Amino acid sequence: MRIERRLRQPRWLLVAVPAGSLVFAFFASGLVLLATGHDALRSYRQIFDAAFLNSGALGQTLTQATPLAFTGLAAAAAFRMRLFNIGAEGQLFMGAVTADAAGLYLGGHGWPHALVIAAMVVAGCAGGAAWALIPGVLRAFFKTNEIITSLMLNYVAAYVMTYLIFNTESYWRQTTGFNASVFPTSKTLPNAAWWPAANIFPLGGGIAILAAVLIWFLYTRTRFGFEAQVLGDSPRAARYAGIRTRRKILAVMAISGAVAGVGGASQVGDFSHQLDADPNGLQKQYYGYTGIVVAALARYNPLAVVVVAFLIGALQNAGNTLQGADFPSGLVGVMQGIILFSALGGELLVRYRVRVGRALPAPEAA
Amino acid sequence: MRGIVKHFPGVLANDHVDFEAAVGEVHALLGENGAGKSTLSNILTGLYRPDSGEILLDGEHVQFSSPRDALDVGIFMVHQHFRLVETFTVAENVVLGDHRGEGRTFRLRTRAIERRVAELSKRFGLAVDPRAPVWHLSLGEQQRVEILKALYREARILILDEPTAVLTPQEAEVLFTTLREMAADGRTVIFISHKLHEVKAVADRVTVLRGGRSIARVDAADATLRSLAALMVGREIESGRAARDRVAGEPVLELANVWADGDRGDAAIRGASLIVRRGEIVAVAGVAGNGQRELAEAVAGMRPATRGTIRIAGKTVRGGDPRSAIAAGVAYVPEDRLGTGVAPSLSIASNLALKGYRDRHASHGPLLRLRRMRERAAELIAHYRIAGAAPSSAARLLSGGNLQKVVLAREFSGKPRVLVAASPTRGLDVGAIETVHAYLREAAADGVGVLLISEDLDEILMLADRIVVMYEGAIAGETTRDDADVEEIGLLMAGGRDPRAD
Repeated sequence: MRIERRLRQPRWLLVAVPAGSLVFAFFASGLVLLATGHDALRSYRQIFDAAFLNSGALGQTLTQATPLAFTGLAAAAAFRMRLFNIGAEGQLFMGAVTADAAGLYLGGHGWPHALVIAAMVVAGCAGGAAWALIPGVLRAFFKTNEIITSLMLNYVAAYVMTYLIFNTESYWRQTTGFNASVFPTSKTLPNAAWWPAANIFPLGGGIAILAAVLIWFLYTRTRFGFEAQVLGDSPRAARYAGIRTRRKILAVMAISGAVAGVGGASQVGDFSHQLDADPNGLQKQYYGYTGIVVAALARYNPLAVVVVAFLIGALQNAGNTLQGADFPSGLVGVMQGIILFSALGGELLVRYRVRVGRALPAPEAA
Repeated sequence: MRGIVKHFPGVLANDHVDFEAAVGEVHALLGENGAGKSTLSNILTGLYRPDSGEILLDGEHVQFSSPRDALDVGIFMVHQHFRLVETFTVAENVVLGDHRGEGRTFRLRTRAIERRVAELSKRFGLAVDPRAPVWHLSLGEQQRVEILKALYREARILILDEPTAVLTPQEAEVLFTTLREMAADGRTVIFISHKLHEVKAVADRVTVLRGGRSIARVDAADATLRSLAALMVGREIESGRAARDRVAGEPVLELANVWADGDRGDAAIRGASLIVRRGEIVAVAGVAGNGQRELAEAVAGMRPATRGTIRIAGKTVRGGDPRSAIAAGVAYVPEDRLGTGVAPSLSIASNLALKGYRDRHASHGPLLRLRRMRERAAELIAHYRIAGAAPSSAARLLSGGNLQKVVLAREFSGKPRVLVAASPTRGLDVGAIETVHAYLREAAADGVGVLLISEDLDEILMLADRIVVMYEGAIAGETTRDDADVEEIGLLMAGGRDPRAD
C-alpha cells in the first residue's frame, strides 16, 4: 500500500471528506458507547437536546461559541499566512484586561452606553494586538520562532491577569463588600458597560460574524490579502515580487491579536461583567487553544470558522450540562477527540491518494 | 566501464561512454556542466543502473543494484554536498552506516573507532579531531571527514565530485597532497572537475567528456591548459549565426565595481563592472558558482551590494530592495523558477499578477480587480501559448516549459527596461528552449537591455551581442560575438587566465 500526492484536488472531495469524517466520528464514538454499555442513539439524542432544544440550551451554546469564534478567527488570520500564532489565549486575556479597564473607567464616568461599548472594543483590539506584536516583532526582526514565543506569552498573560485580580493596589480588584474581604475578586462593571444581547444572541457573536466577513474580504479581495497569500505560499517569491515581508508579518500578527483581544472584551462585556469571577475561571476554558482546533477544522476559512465554532460550542455546552450519573461523562471529550482525529486524518485523503498494489520502481531524477 | 549508455526522459546523458582508471593513479574526469560526469559517477556508485554497457572491476564483470553493492566492492564517493550528521562527532559519522566491524556491534566502541580514525587522519594528512562534532568544523574539515569515511571502509576507488568547490586555494593544495598519497597507497582516485589548472595539477591522466560522450583520454603531463580547454568546450562555431539586426542605444544597466556576499557570507562578486545598452543582449558566461547567480540577484535587488553602484537608466538604485528594482524597470527571470519565480500553490492568474498587482490593471486602491486579473491572465495565456493552463489552476501543475512561459509573460508584460535572465532554458526541452530564445530576441528588438546568464556556450553564441566571462566573482574577460573565440572563452571560464594557474 502506498500513499501518493494528488496532482489535482477534486472539488467534491472538499465536501465529501469532512462529511465522511463526521459520519465516521459518530460511528466510532457509537462503538465506544456500546462497548461501555450505553445506548448510543439515546446518548446522541441527549446531546442534541442539551445543545439546542432544552430551555436555555441555545443561549448557553452561543456563550460557548462566541469566544471560540474569536480565537478561531485569530488563528485562521495568522495561519493563512503560515504565521503560527499560538497566542490567542494570552491575547484574549490581555484584551479582557484592557477592555475591562476601559469599561470600568468610562462606564464609571457617565459616558453614553454606545460609546463605552465602542471604547471597550477598541481597547480589546489594542490590548490583544499589542500582546501579539511582541512575538510579531521578534519574528520579523530577529527571526525567532513565533510558535514558541507566542505560546510562552500565554502563561505570562495568565499570571498578569491573576495578579491584577489579587493585588490589593490593582485598579481591577474589588475592594469593598463582604465577598471581597473573604476572597479576592475583580470589580463588577457599571451597567453602562454591559453589552446588550438581541434576545439570546450576544453582541459579541454579532461582532465575531462581522469580523469573519471582514477578514474573509481582506484575504480574498484586497492587495493586502494577495500579498499575504504570496508570502504564505513562498517567502522567496514574495521577496522576488517586492513584497515588504516584515511589515506584513507585523500587520498580520496585529490583526490576529486584535481579533483575539475583542474576544476578551466580549468575555467581559457580554458574559462575566468583570475581569474574571474566579481568578482562574477564564484560564480553565482554554478558548485560545480550542480556537486553533476550530480554525484547523474550518481550513482557515473565516466564514467556516463561525460555523465550526458554533458546532464545537454546542458540543462543549452539551458536555458541560449532561455530565452526571445518567450520561457518560467522558463521552463529549471522546467525541471531540474522535471528530478532530478523523477530520485531520481525512485531510490526508484530500491531498493524497492511497493506492493498494505493488510499488513500481520510482523514476530516477535527472 | 565500457559503452555506458544512460537515457533520461528527453536527454541522453551518457552516450557509449568508455572510461578506465588504473590502480594507483589520480584520474580526472573533465567536462562542462551537463557533459555527463555526474551521471557516469552515479552509475559507478550504483545509484543509477545503465541502460546498456558494462562495468569491469579488476577484469571481472560487476553489476550494482544499489549503492550498497558498490560500497561492498570498495567504491566510495565524496559528494559535493556532504552526507554528514551535523550533531554527531567525526568518529560517529565515520562509522555511521558501516555494517562491518565496530559499526556492527550494538554498543558503539567509541574509543576504538576514535583511535582508528586518528590513525588514518595522521597517515594521510587529514587533520581533524575525531571527537569534534561535525557542526563545529569548516567545510574543508567536513570534506576530510568524508574522505576518512572512505578510508575507514577501505575504499579502493574514491570518487570526488568537484571537491575544490568548497575549499580555499590553500585547502585545495592540502587536498591534492592527500589524494596523491592515497594513489601512492595503491588506491584509485577519480577526480571530477571543470577547472583546468586543478586537473593539470593533481591528475595523472584525464578523460574528457563532452555532450555525454567520452572525447579523449590524455596524460596530464602532455596536455596544456589550452588543449584541455579545446577538448572540453571543443565545438565548432556555427556559421549561421543570427544576423545582427539590433542597434544598441544608451546604457540602461551599469554596474561599477560591484561587490556582494554569497549565501555563505563570503564575497561572491568581487568588483564586477559591466554595461548593458538598450536593445542588446549581453551574456555572462562562466562555470556555475562563479558569482553569476549572485550578480543576477544583485541587479534584481534580491541581494544587497556591499560595495559599488548599480544604475538603471542612469539612476542609482537602492541595493537589496526588490521593489525599487522593479519600479526602476528591472525584470528578472530567476534560475529557480518554482522556488522563486512563482508562488507554486497560487493560481496562474495570481502568478501572472505577482509583480503587477500594485498597478491599475490588477487593483483599484487597496482592492483587487479579480475579474480584470482573470481576463488579463487569459490574454497572456493565449498570447504566450501557455499550454494546459486555466487562469484558476495552480502554477505548480504546469510543466517546466510552461512555467517558464508564465514567468516570461509576467516579466515582459511589465514593460521592463532591463531584463535579467538567469539560466532561462535550464531543464527545458528543445521546443521550449527555442520559444524562450525567440522571446529574448524579441525583448532586445523592443529596446530592452538583456543580461543573459547561462552556462551553455551554444546558447550564448547564438543570442549574445557581447559576451563577458565571470570567474571567481570577477569579470575575467569580454568579447563581442563577432570576435568570439570559443577556446579563449573556455580558457577564461576555467580560470586558465587566472594568475594562480601559471
